[in-house]
Amino acid sequence: MRLIEFLGEYFLFLKSLFARPEKFRIFIKQTFTEMYSIGVGSFSIVSLISIFTGAVSTIQIGYQLVSGLVPEYLIGRIVRDSNILEFSPTVTCLVLAGKVGSSIASEIGTMKVTEQIDALEIMGINSTNYLVLPKITAGLITIPLLVIYAMFLSILGGAISGVVSELITIDAFVKGLRADFIPFSVTFALTKATTFAFIITSFSAFYGYKTQGGALEVGQSSTKAVVFSCIGVILFDYILSELMLSR
Amino acid sequence: MITLSNIDKSFGDKQVLFDVSAHFEQGKCNFVIGASGSGKSVLMKCMVGLIQVDKGKIEYEGRDFAHIDYEQKQLIRKEIGMLFQGTALFDSLSVEDNIAFPLRMFTTMNEVEVIDRVNFCLKRVDLVNVNKLFPSSLSGGMKKRVGIARAIALNPKFLFCDEPNSGLDPLTSRLIDHLIQEITYEYNITTIINTHDIKSLFEMGDNIIFIYKGRNWWEGEKSAIRHSGNEELLSFMKASEF
Repeated sequence: MRLIEFLGEYFLFLKSLFARPEKFRIFIKQTFTEMYSIGVGSFSIVSLISIFTGAVSTIQIGYQLVSGLVPEYLIGRIVRDSNILEFSPTVTCLVLAGKVGSSIASEIGTMKVTEQIDALEIMGINSTNYLVLPKITAGLITIPLLVIYAMFLSILGGAISGVVSELITIDAFVKGLRADFIPFSVTFALTKATTFAFIITSFSAFYGYKTQGGALEVGQSSTKAVVFSCIGVILFDYILSELMLSR
Repeated sequence: MITLSNIDKSFGDKQVLFDVSAHFEQGKCNFVIGASGSGKSVLMKCMVGLIQVDKGKIEYEGRDFAHIDYEQKQLIRKEIGMLFQGTALFDSLSVEDNIAFPLRMFTTMNEVEVIDRVNFCLKRVDLVNVNKLFPSSLSGGMKKRVGIARAIALNPKFLFCDEPNSGLDPLTSRLIDHLIQEITYEYNITTIINTHDIKSLFEMGDNIIFIYKGRNWWEGEKSAIRHSGNEELLSFMKASEF
């Protein structure tokens, strides 16, 4: 019952969101500000996570393929596929659910409890459209770009760790990267990234918007936003894999 | 001019407003007074459309406000200015940008004209050299003045003030009162002030509505209060050191 209520509220929230912006120039400016906040603000954490995810995946795959029968270059191939298909989009978006999601929920939640959103409404501004649409648009543009960046860095991290730990030569790793590459993997990864971007930004804005009370409730909304964004990411990770990859 | 007719509002099983009717005149400071929990804040929120009424009519100069869709409501809201109890200034924007916000959103003014209007509004509320400051660095009284400057930026026809003196010292309270009164008369605005401050009421109140347990218990001019014979109103006044 609560799930149906939640979905009803969420879809009504989305309905109120998609209207023509009052001033397109202001919408574009807001979107660029949000893109800077989401993109540049998350650059260092995404870099760090990606390099180490790639490095750890190379070492673990190398550890599991200790057999003379398995060609060395396969490590590079598995690192490439696992990072493009799963680690880069999913891990990056889970990290962004924490960083970006909590920031959006607490910003909107604080505006709600301090009556700033009421002030917007009384001025005659559609507050969800003004506040939330630029954040969702910025997320849909920026998060897939961050995922592409994460793919490159995780593969780079994998190559460095493979060479440094003497698991694989750089030539074998590059051979593995180029072996049997399926471009659809990137399409799949970017579809996931775009879906996750929408989930993270819209769930977080929704929980921020639902905030009532004071500072304590803002914290609670922020926590709920992160938790439900993570659940949404994991759930849609499975649904998209089932829809796009299963035969 | 704003007219309320037979307004009812409940939250779940609890009815907060009972058949409230009232009339707020143009060019006057209309006061809504009452004890905490009497329903006056809910009434104000109903009037600006932040809460949907269950029953009754709200009319802005004869235009229905309670039973129209969101887009039509937004059009009437562009004629409303509101001073919030906590000022509700946008804390990510400077004072200048706060006041310029409705101008940039709803007018075709160029940037020079916007800044001229901002400076005019700031001067009108006796603030200078604060354009680039952020709300967090302003005192309570300055925030209220910036709130008034923002509320009048678009030359509103209707001005709502929710507890304009709360949290202010007596001297600053009187300054804010005078400012609201001057603006009301100068621009011929329909001003509705929701307050507990009886001193403000006797200084600037033109019409008074006393809300008691969700009902319009008494309505009239301030000079009629002493001889109203209304027990609840007089005891409210007495408790407020009238």
